[in-house]
Amino acid sequence: MSFNDIKQLLTEKFGDAVITGEETSGLQPALLINPDDITAVCLELRNNPKTYFDFLSSLSGVHYNDEANRFGVVYHLASIPYKTQLTLKISKPHQKESSELPEFKSITSVYRTADWHEREAYDLLGIYFEDHPDLRRILLPDDWDGFPLRKGYRNAEFYKGIRID
Amino acid sequence: MVITNPKYEEALLRYNKKIADASVEDMILNVGPQHPSTHGVLRLELITDGEIVKEVIPHIGYLHRCFDKHAESLTYQQTIPFTDRLDYLASMNNSHAFVMGVERMMGIDKDIPKRVEYIRVLVCELNRIASHLIAIGTYGIDIGAFTPFLWCFRDREHIMGMLEWASGSRMLYNYIWVGGLFYDLPVGFEERCRDFVEYFKPKMVELNQLLTDNQVFISRTANVGVLPLDVAINYGCSGPMLRASGLKWDLRRIDNYSAYPEIDFEIPIGKGLMGKVGDCWDRYKVRVDEIEQSLRIVEQCLDRLQKELKRTPDFDPRAKMPRKTIPKAQDYYVRCEGAKGELGFYFMTDGKSEIPTRVKSRGPSFNNLSVLPELSKGVLIADLIAIVGSIDFVLGEVDR
Repeated sequence: MSFNDIKQLLTEKFGDAVITGEETSGLQPALLINPDDITAVCLELRNNPKTYFDFLSSLSGVHYNDEANRFGVVYHLASIPYKTQLTLKISKPHQKESSELPEFKSITSVYRTADWHEREAYDLLGIYFEDHPDLRRILLPDDWDGFPLRKGYRNAEFYKGIRID
Repeated sequence: MVITNPKYEEALLRYNKKIADASVEDMILNVGPQHPSTHGVLRLELITDGEIVKEVIPHIGYLHRCFDKHAESLTYQQTIPFTDRLDYLASMNNSHAFVMGVERMMGIDKDIPKRVEYIRVLVCELNRIASHLIAIGTYGIDIGAFTPFLWCFRDREHIMGMLEWASGSRMLYNYIWVGGLFYDLPVGFEERCRDFVEYFKPKMVELNQLLTDNQVFISRTANVGVLPLDVAINYGCSGPMLRASGLKWDLRRIDNYSAYPEIDFEIPIGKGLMGKVGDCWDRYKVRVDEIEQSLRIVEQCLDRLQKELKRTPDFDPRAKMPRKTIPKAQDYYVRCEGAKGELGFYFMTDGKSEIPTRVKSRGPSFNNLSVLPELSKGVLIADLIAIVGSIDFVLGEVDR
């Protein structure tokens, strides 16, 4: 199924608002999805016999660091029966210096792969995933301050009394 | 900036409570981080009821160096040595994947000379053999067989020696560069490599007699840790782990990258010869079969490299290297078949600088390990060790 067919399939099922745009300039086209619908879209793409995107290759959190200080998540799906690939992107602006984390829906209920990948995005970028079963830090210690992959992250001077050089 | 919302702490509190409750009713057993059978610094927290494992909670991150952050602050060429340190048992495969992604973004992947492509495939397959030898050898040790370990390391040392001859270092090669190679193969490499293949083939027969068909080994691994195919796909398992569950899924064939479309090899899958499809023995056997297929690939590469792609005095493996590596502004996800499974790199570039704005590495071991809690519900502690060994992860790649 081609990129445009998938677009049509999603708009027929969920309405026009589900796709907020597309990126076709690079080698791999990407669909921009409305963040609220991502779990339903993934479930549909996985279960629909025309697409069968049953393998989540990768899930990456992104801090875009633009004017709106956008945060986003990029999903790379692969279909084993059809040998195709698809990129989905969601993003939303976030207030700088906010005491809240940017929030997205978790897709752990669709792909179990997302479990650890979402924990990693939470750990390194500070993205909160709603309905995640166990959203703890995964790579860094539980008492770590800040999120290292955010642009503008500065190392703390001390960690438990040990100077960090 | 202070993060205040209490819901961010919920999962941690829930986990702490679970551990506190379990230590009253059941027993908590820590395996690792300094336990030899965890193959590195992995800590497994087991909630046990006698000899039965009720739940496994893996704790990772002891080897975390934030590869993503390194890649976002260094140029592409400078990042290649860091990719070597992801899966440090199969460094060539890592740099191959990374380099292929950059070349495709630059649009020079079709200009790479054939000889360079074949050398890349040759060293990658040698490295894959070395990685699988470690997997087999250490798996034997986990189960209690000491001899195969020594045999595997003896044979692996030949590969290490050859790759050291080519690149200058024993494990972390920095040999495959964007647009070419560090150097051409040294004179006489092809002959020495052929000698090694001839030497190694009978050794594989010996190893099979010693370990693969060993009744004790079969009893410990067959029907243990059965991973059904749908679970494997849903957890993102790849490589030998997925193939052992019975699916012919090898990115070397699916994506047909580099010189692989011109090479003839088969994809071994788990057949459940000793027990059920997808048990520990199948995962072990897939690796043994893959070594044989890799040897075939190595031989075919050597044939081409000694005949039509023979070295010439004016051949320059760095001829196609770009002066400045500045890809167009785009996102690109490259995947390739590493020794452990699907190795992916996700790049975001702005088209202005030599430094990417975001890089994410998708290590196969990270996903393969995440299935462990599911695999080991209700098994015996001794079987857990067999399961952990059969996953064959490298902590350098899990923690990145």
